[in-house]
Amino acid sequence: MSASSAFSEEKGGGGSSSVEPEFGHDPASGGIFSSDYKRHDDLKEMLDSNKDSLKLEAMKRIVAMIARGKNTSDLFPAVVKNVACKNIEVKKLVYVYLVRYAEEQQDLALLSISTFQRGLKDPNQLIRASALRVLSSIRVTIIVPIMMLAIKEAASDMSPYVRKTAAHAIPKLYSLDPEQKDQLIEVIEKLLADKTTLVAGSVVMAFEEVCPERIDLIHKNYRKLCNLLIDVEEWGQVVIINMLTRYARTQFLNPNINESLLEEGGAEKTFYGSDDEDEEEDDEEEDKEKKEEAAALAKRKPYVMDPDHRLLLRNTKPLLQSRNAAVVMAVAQLYFHLAPKAEVGVIAKALVRLLRSHSEVQYVVLQNVATMTIKRRGMFEPYLKSFYIRSTDPTQIKVLKLEVLTNLANETNISTILREFQTYIKSMDKDFVAATIQAIGRCATNIGEVRDTCLNGLVQLLSNRDELVVAESVVVIKKLLQMQPEKHSDIIKHMAKLTDNIQVPMARASILWLIGEYCEHVPKIAPDVLRKMAKSFTNEEDIVKLQIINLAAKLYLTNSKQTKLLTQYVLNLAKYDQNYDIRDRARFIRQLIVPTDKCGALSKYAKKLFLALKPAPVLESPFKDRDHFQLGSLSHLLNTKAGGYQELPDWPQDAPDPSVRNVEVKESVPEWTKCSSREKRKEKKVEKPFYSDSEGESGPTESADSESDSASSSASASASASASEQSASGSESDESGERSDSEEEDEEEEKKRKTKKKESIKAVQQSESEQSSDEEVRKVNRKVSKPPPRMASESESEEDEDSPSDSSQSESEDSESEAEVKKKRKITPPKAPAKPAKKEDKKEKKEMSLLDLDDFEPTPSPQVTPVGAFLSNSLVTDLEGLSLTDTVLSPATISPSSALKSYELLHRITGEGLWVEYCFSRQPFIHDPHMVAVQIQFTNSAAVEAKSLRLEEAKLQSGMRVKEFPEIEVLPAGESATVVMGIDFCDSTQAANLQLCTHTRKFFVSIQPPVGELMIPSFMTENEFKKEQGQLMGMNEITEKVKLVERCQNEHAIVQRVTAAANLSRVPCGSDKECRFAGRTVTSGSLVLVTVATKEDGPCQLTVNCEKMVIGTMLVKDILLALTQ
Amino acid sequence: MIHSLFLINPSGDVFLEKHWRRVVGRSVCDYFFEARERAGGPEDVPPVLQTPHHYLISIYRGGLFFLSVIQAEAPPLFVIEFLHRVAEMFQDYFGECSETVIKDNVVTVYELLEEMLDNGFPLATESNILKEMIRPPTILRTMVNTLTGTSNVGEKLPTGQLSTIPWRRSGVKYTNNEAYFDVIEEIDAIVDKSGTTVCAEIQGVIEACVKLSGMPDLTLSFMNPRLLDDVSFHPCVRFKRWESERVLSFIPPDGNFTLMTYHVSAQNLVAIPVYVKQSISFFESGSGGRLDLTVGPKQTMGKTVEGFVITIHMPKAVLSTNLTATQGSYTYDPTTKVLVWDIGRLNPQKLPNLRGSLSLQAGAPKPEDNPSLNIALKIQQLAISGLKVNRLDMYGEKYKPFKGVKYLTKAGKFQVRT
Repeated sequence: MSASSAFSEEKGGGGSSSVEPEFGHDPASGGIFSSDYKRHDDLKEMLDSNKDSLKLEAMKRIVAMIARGKNTSDLFPAVVKNVACKNIEVKKLVYVYLVRYAEEQQDLALLSISTFQRGLKDPNQLIRASALRVLSSIRVTIIVPIMMLAIKEAASDMSPYVRKTAAHAIPKLYSLDPEQKDQLIEVIEKLLADKTTLVAGSVVMAFEEVCPERIDLIHKNYRKLCNLLIDVEEWGQVVIINMLTRYARTQFLNPNINESLLEEGGAEKTFYGSDDEDEEEDDEEEDKEKKEEAAALAKRKPYVMDPDHRLLLRNTKPLLQSRNAAVVMAVAQLYFHLAPKAEVGVIAKALVRLLRSHSEVQYVVLQNVATMTIKRRGMFEPYLKSFYIRSTDPTQIKVLKLEVLTNLANETNISTILREFQTYIKSMDKDFVAATIQAIGRCATNIGEVRDTCLNGLVQLLSNRDELVVAESVVVIKKLLQMQPEKHSDIIKHMAKLTDNIQVPMARASILWLIGEYCEHVPKIAPDVLRKMAKSFTNEEDIVKLQIINLAAKLYLTNSKQTKLLTQYVLNLAKYDQNYDIRDRARFIRQLIVPTDKCGALSKYAKKLFLALKPAPVLESPFKDRDHFQLGSLSHLLNTKAGGYQELPDWPQDAPDPSVRNVEVKESVPEWTKCSSREKRKEKKVEKPFYSDSEGESGPTESADSESDSASSSASASASASASEQSASGSESDESGERSDSEEEDEEEEKKRKTKKKESIKAVQQSESEQSSDEEVRKVNRKVSKPPPRMASESESEEDEDSPSDSSQSESEDSESEAEVKKKRKITPPKAPAKPAKKEDKKEKKEMSLLDLDDFEPTPSPQVTPVGAFLSNSLVTDLEGLSLTDTVLSPATISPSSALKSYELLHRITGEGLWVEYCFSRQPFIHDPHMVAVQIQFTNSAAVEAKSLRLEEAKLQSGMRVKEFPEIEVLPAGESATVVMGIDFCDSTQAANLQLCTHTRKFFVSIQPPVGELMIPSFMTENEFKKEQGQLMGMNEITEKVKLVERCQNEHAIVQRVTAAANLSRVPCGSDKECRFAGRTVTSGSLVLVTVATKEDGPCQLTVNCEKMVIGTMLVKDILLALTQ
Repeated sequence: MIHSLFLINPSGDVFLEKHWRRVVGRSVCDYFFEARERAGGPEDVPPVLQTPHHYLISIYRGGLFFLSVIQAEAPPLFVIEFLHRVAEMFQDYFGECSETVIKDNVVTVYELLEEMLDNGFPLATESNILKEMIRPPTILRTMVNTLTGTSNVGEKLPTGQLSTIPWRRSGVKYTNNEAYFDVIEEIDAIVDKSGTTVCAEIQGVIEACVKLSGMPDLTLSFMNPRLLDDVSFHPCVRFKRWESERVLSFIPPDGNFTLMTYHVSAQNLVAIPVYVKQSISFFESGSGGRLDLTVGPKQTMGKTVEGFVITIHMPKAVLSTNLTATQGSYTYDPTTKVLVWDIGRLNPQKLPNLRGSLSLQAGAPKPEDNPSLNIALKIQQLAISGLKVNRLDMYGEKYKPFKGVKYLTKAGKFQVRT
């Protein structure tokens, strides 16, 4: 087909399909070779035309060429022009082309970027998504910043599909420029918090590719992932399950730890290491438990499964019924690696089912089953027959099935298995027969009862017509005979005869070795065999020659009279052999066995050297110990570590703090609880005003979880009852958090109830005050520390997860506690002013606190404040507890706070009687978590009323956003009013310039935040803190020496001053020499970590770790100032 | 995850390649070709190969190799399952999955692959969604497109993609609302020389063809669900209800799909519907042998056995056959050494018989072993396990659908050893 005719023909024909087949059939498309240039000219012409149909046709032809691997890169300029084409199919094909060739033609590819940037703003989510897809697939380094920006933006897109695409783009960018890792991790972290099933799989995939080591990112999302799992698409399920397997291995205790002691079989015992180790582990486990009890963390029986561990097992189990083999395999490996022994059995059935699938699936599944059967034989025994081999199976499948059958063989089923093996031996597939013979050998070694039977069977095979079969049998018999040679001299004799016929070198060598080794059992035959061998020595294979030398040496030692000459002869032949191994061997043996004058002491021991009793070989499965690779992985299949494989960690000796997974309204500081619970028992009252006080939350909540299933309705009933009390009394409340767990159980339970109660109250309040939108029955929870990304347009609904127990609990209490909510709300306003007035509060407390409570006491105040604001969160849950929807918070109670530092916004003189002050209330701004809440107080000191007070944006720095307060219509003379507005300062201390309008005039005002107000407290454990700090070293760390002023020497004062200077929360810490604080910047969520280390004498040291160096520097200054004044 | 895909035809030509990440040169396929050389048949090629820089995971489907290239750790089953899904998608779109068809529709294929994977990670694999994004080619549509200039590519994101039921299209409308369910059971069995059953189990599958408007919510219940030993479901089935009530409750995808597969274990005695009396023997002299086969119905529950075919892979030494069949016809292919006896419908009155002599290659030794017989058969209107659908209810829509259930029993991997 000449090029031009093709063109005209297509023009005439017009239809794409009419030409396409022809195109496809055309072998190697003669046209391409004959007139490459011309042909492409045609295409260029078509691409330049203004008819979409022609363009489409051209693009189709080009794509067809790409598909066949033809080079079409010279068309790049012509194609890239069409990137903005209206026709969506043309566009798609152009994208295909672009992605394929952009890397080769980077400069030209840049021409298309602006189109994608425009596409990223398109109202159609499909277009946004595909623009991002292509943009991120173009491997051009120059556009890395653009990609980064696009990904960040898309990660907070309102369409989950676009967010999913953003998740996909992360590994693309990472592979293009690994330097972006840190930023990408931020995006991943953000997306991990996403609650849609659509995103979950993709972001975990990105997590696995970019930062699989950052297991800490999973904590907060663990329960959500578990709960969403069943609704995630299949592919995502696989990735999530595999990741969670690793996660669980680092976070939970080995569920089989106790069983290993009771176990009888050695093989099973060693499942997770050697016996000794296990016992050690156990001891340590016990020790640890003692400690735990001492620490009153929980009253544990020898082993209690972490409820989160249970959650994972429970939520993955239904997926065994998936139609997708990969999902089933993923669940199977999860159970194999994580489940208590008694529960692993459930996976067998599902795996056996997969054997019905395509042969490739069978291949992989059988490999894994083979590994499993070594450790958990009992599991597959009932399915023995499912592994029977059909003659139509491919050889590799047959061999694997054989492996499984061999592993499953035991005393009871060996006879059936051997009968099966008998039929296999007759197969036409010789490789398979050889494998069967080996399998028989292994059965014989493992099961003593059938050894003789097997041996006899194998001996019969020696007369088989197929040489391969015979050879294989010989090799196996050799191994078997080594176990009890004296009984079987007749077999050895029989085999000696075979040397005449058998030609396979390995078999010959085996026979010779046998005769040499057991020559005293066959004293008459052995020399004769040597004679024959000496004759044919020169024609033998190397391994046979070596064995002949061996045989000669052994005979010489036992029967030198008859064989001396023969041996000499053989050694002489060997001396001149071509192979140096053989020459060496001959020389070596001659020195050893033939006594000469010079020979050393060794020859005395020659007999011992050669005729020592050799241990029988152990016939082992090649699948032994393969389970140190995560099952189902590529590495397991290949039995070598594949690139990017993440090791499956060993179980920890001590379970890490489980509270890190708590996602709750009020964040907790668990370790603090632990260390302090004892003392605090006495101090209950002190803590009471802070009914939502975070401390002790996590511990009890955790244990509440563990019993959630049984905790049941009674608990909820009483809980709600007491809830009313609690809220009524306002300051009276919880004995809960402070109790040590070493108290009796009922007390503990009570505590749990209370904890839950607290949660539920908050939940209800949220829903109450909110009542907005979402009927989608989904659970809600909110994090204070990390408010989830929120898209203004996205119906403001958010889902989050919580442990199902929490959810069901709170739901059941929903109705009952509604009444309380109302009460509570009434109560809240009077209470609110007290809260921000923390200084007074603290003082009071301080006076009351008796023991070392002041350690922790100041910290609650900054923590409490956000909690108060979040009281209005709603927690609508359903019993299924699968997913959740958040509602937007309604304005929380606003309290004028005298304690907070106020700044003047408008002086009363400039304002003509209007006096405006503002302060930072430190409450999260409810409409947008990225904004700082600014509380503004208007006081009208003029004689006339002020009307329509409002703020207008004037000149904001780029990126800054403002959420104005609702207009104040009238402010009578002498009155004052308070409003709250939100400002997103973009993590900078630049002032927000605004216009304050009254009905008569406008004032230019500006609000400048102190750096300490640009952050919100973040709650973390000591470990987390250390870890995070470890990652913010170098440039991100600023250290200063401070000479503390007199009044500021004690820890309490330090904490107070630091928290006053910056909106941070205290991080619990074991040593009293250090105070730690953590927070996140409001806009970007960057961590801010502050450490104040005091020393006995000399200055104390202030360390600030923050990714944003400017903030860090400024914060250091501010804190320094606070500490030194 | 998946870097590249190569489609390879039986003669070893790469006729389609697609890269999702960096372009991987074709030469990587050479490792695969080597492995193929070594392997006996296409089925024996190891599905997973390790090369110095890549890992190759391949499937063999419809005479074609789907070879994917991956660079780092990935669950092999994930890739294999995905490749099969690709093959099924081709089947779904073009009616078959063959080289010609793929070449004919190369652009659609490419668009499909582009949608199915993003950066090597599956994006949209539900046929209902893909069909909204890329419409399958039909003659009518091609003509319309030619005239109107519209394209085969959807401009909107399919709503299913965002919903919790991604398998169903929105806005489905039919004038005739119908739902058909085929209960198909396959008997996997090994019968030994003497006629005793070595192992037998039943694998069942319920294939559905649902053409219902709107968003129907269906419930399918069985008379005897306890029979089912192990099940796997289409994602649409609500597992919790199955667990608690043993009913299948689901919002179906539109069109054809596999609702569930199940397994009836060997513990329940499986009725073997036919028996085979056979004697195959080779003379000691090594010049020939005799073959005598008689088949008859055994436990057929009063139904007729149809489509009865016996396939025998003869030993290599068998040169030719000289047989007579009382019913049906037989063929022997001397190159592949496969004897096929197509009996057709089984008549209980007159048992079909095939007998005659086999001639062996001169000088070849007597074959060691006897070949086993592979049996194919069909029994209409019978589920051999006794499973029965009780009723099908529909909620959520007002119209009355037309419902139908069909039963069929087939021989799966049914082998008689001799």
